[in-house]
Amino acid sequence: MFDYEKYLRLEMFPHIWCPGCGDGIVMKSLLRAIDRVGLQKDEICMVSGIGCSSRLTGYVDFNTLHTTHGRPLAFATGVKLAKPSLNVIVITGDGDALAIGGNHFIHACRRNIDLTVLLFNNATYGMTGGQLAPTTPTGKVASTARQGSIDPPFDACKLAIAAGATYVARGTSYHSQQLDRLIEGGIKHKGFALIEILENCNTYYGRPNKVSLLELLQWEKDNTVNVKAAERMTPEQLQGKIITGVLHQADRPEYVAMYEEHIARAQAKARAAA
Amino acid sequence: MSTQTKSRQVKLLQGNEACAEAAIAAGCRFFAGYPISPSSEIAEHLSVRLPQVGGRFIQMEDEIAAMGAILGAAMTGAKVMTATSGPGYSLKQENIGYAVMAEIPCVIVDVMRGGPSTGLPTSPAQSDVMQARWGTHGDHPAVALAPASVREVYDETIRAFNIAERFRMPVTLLVDEIIAHMRERVELPNKGEITLWERPRPTVPPDQYLPFGDTPTGVPPMANFGEGYRYHVTGLYHDPHGLPKDSPEVVDNVIRRLMRKVELGAPDILKHEEVLLDDAALGIVAYGSSARSAKAAIRLARARGIKVGLLRPLTIWPFIEGPVADLSKQVRHIIVPEMNLGQLVLEVERVVRGRCPVHRVNRVTGEPIPPDEILAKIEELA
Repeated sequence: MFDYEKYLRLEMFPHIWCPGCGDGIVMKSLLRAIDRVGLQKDEICMVSGIGCSSRLTGYVDFNTLHTTHGRPLAFATGVKLAKPSLNVIVITGDGDALAIGGNHFIHACRRNIDLTVLLFNNATYGMTGGQLAPTTPTGKVASTARQGSIDPPFDACKLAIAAGATYVARGTSYHSQQLDRLIEGGIKHKGFALIEILENCNTYYGRPNKVSLLELLQWEKDNTVNVKAAERMTPEQLQGKIITGVLHQADRPEYVAMYEEHIARAQAKARAAA
Repeated sequence: MSTQTKSRQVKLLQGNEACAEAAIAAGCRFFAGYPISPSSEIAEHLSVRLPQVGGRFIQMEDEIAAMGAILGAAMTGAKVMTATSGPGYSLKQENIGYAVMAEIPCVIVDVMRGGPSTGLPTSPAQSDVMQARWGTHGDHPAVALAPASVREVYDETIRAFNIAERFRMPVTLLVDEIIAHMRERVELPNKGEITLWERPRPTVPPDQYLPFGDTPTGVPPMANFGEGYRYHVTGLYHDPHGLPKDSPEVVDNVIRRLMRKVELGAPDILKHEEVLLDDAALGIVAYGSSARSAKAAIRLARARGIKVGLLRPLTIWPFIEGPVADLSKQVRHIIVPEMNLGQLVLEVERVVRGRCPVHRVNRVTGEPIPPDEILAKIEELA
């Protein structure tokens, strides 16, 4: 039995997440991944924005920074650049990272700064009551799109790959063992790592769209295909499926390491001039 | 351009350069910024200087990100700064509120230009005085300093860091474009002449540490991330451990303590200059480059036998209530020249409480206030 309690602030429980929410499943997966990598609690800085998933940082016993809406990547960039020895893990939601924080998201990818980002994608704004998100599938109902959304949704992984992220993976809250490995790979990766996690908000996405928690979890199972299995499938078989697993991995200089070299060059030049 | 005179360095410096050099002298080792006139020279200068001293400079994707990045860096123990102008200062306001709530030391330089909106990007103004006080939402304390010369930019930048660190809060350096872009001969203080204040540090082991507990000064000690003191930092109301709590008692304690630490710290924060006030029958209250115009007007008026003096706040927020109240008991009239349509004058009027008339001299055209305009008002009232 995995000892979750050694990583938790037990005085913070019970948590605020609704029964059936995917956030707790992902949090447990994250703690197992941290344990497998063998990180010490003092070496971890966990930074989050605003939203249901971003409340995670209050529950875990690390150096935790619960910031403003959409801005965790900006804060995390400051933490990592100022103190590279910290392992910086960012907890963000789909609204946090892709709407209000979209600019920070693409630029953190571009810099390839060594952050591990868990993007909890529940396709809605849960904390504020189920408004339309940049990830809500077209046609689905939200409290601000009662007749169904006409907006096309973002694909966070494609966006990250295009912007320059060097580790891009997608998992689901249904496939929690796979998720452990994806997060572990992201933490070990030197560079910007995105793990998008498809999860459910049965309260504010499921209810208005008349789908139950079980149906939402079943959807995560039935509509996703592992990237390796997908290689053997025809385009017809992949129609409407979402690919999971490590979608992209690249080797590119990491920002903080480059900055350390920049400092060394600047100091050598200053010494030579003196 | 630098030479050694006695032991002090003498330089011809621009206000923005003086700000950047003072930041280094104050121990700033992290700057995040975004290009904006008329503050960009601060970022440009620090992009060269910070790596030389082992510090870090990063140009972020926007003003909001720059503010967020310095707060993240400050949590690891770095002294941090960002620089901007009116529009960027507006964008930073939400994260400035976060710094107030989470008690993160940081310095924000606002080189004031004409507004509202894009306004006058390269012309001077003093129109962010109230933004510096009330720019972020909610009740909160604010500290803002307003230098009036290049040397003063240097000194007040160091003071901004000192106040930010000692009181664990954001401090704004309100510079107007004239002071920022002006070049003056500056005699820089030696390292030994500079007094630095550091953030209060925990003296107890981690299991007894209260990152947001009350203390006699109202300022809790600050542990840096990665030192073994693991704790939670949030913009939500929080208990002394930093964990989110919204009971009326917790909320009341937090907001009142945030206000109290600045009230108790006022002797360390407030600063003003008095010029020729001893025999004055007329008083001018002015700051920044308007105070320079006021000094010129006072010279001209005194030459004509008019007894007029200057009270110049270097600390704009909190307001120098005592000296202004005293002035209102001494003089017949108070004149407040500002490069806005009347902002700090509202504070002067509040404190004067009708004891004497308060007159305005305002310019919002992107030009400095000519001494003649102030002189005309002096002569009218003499």
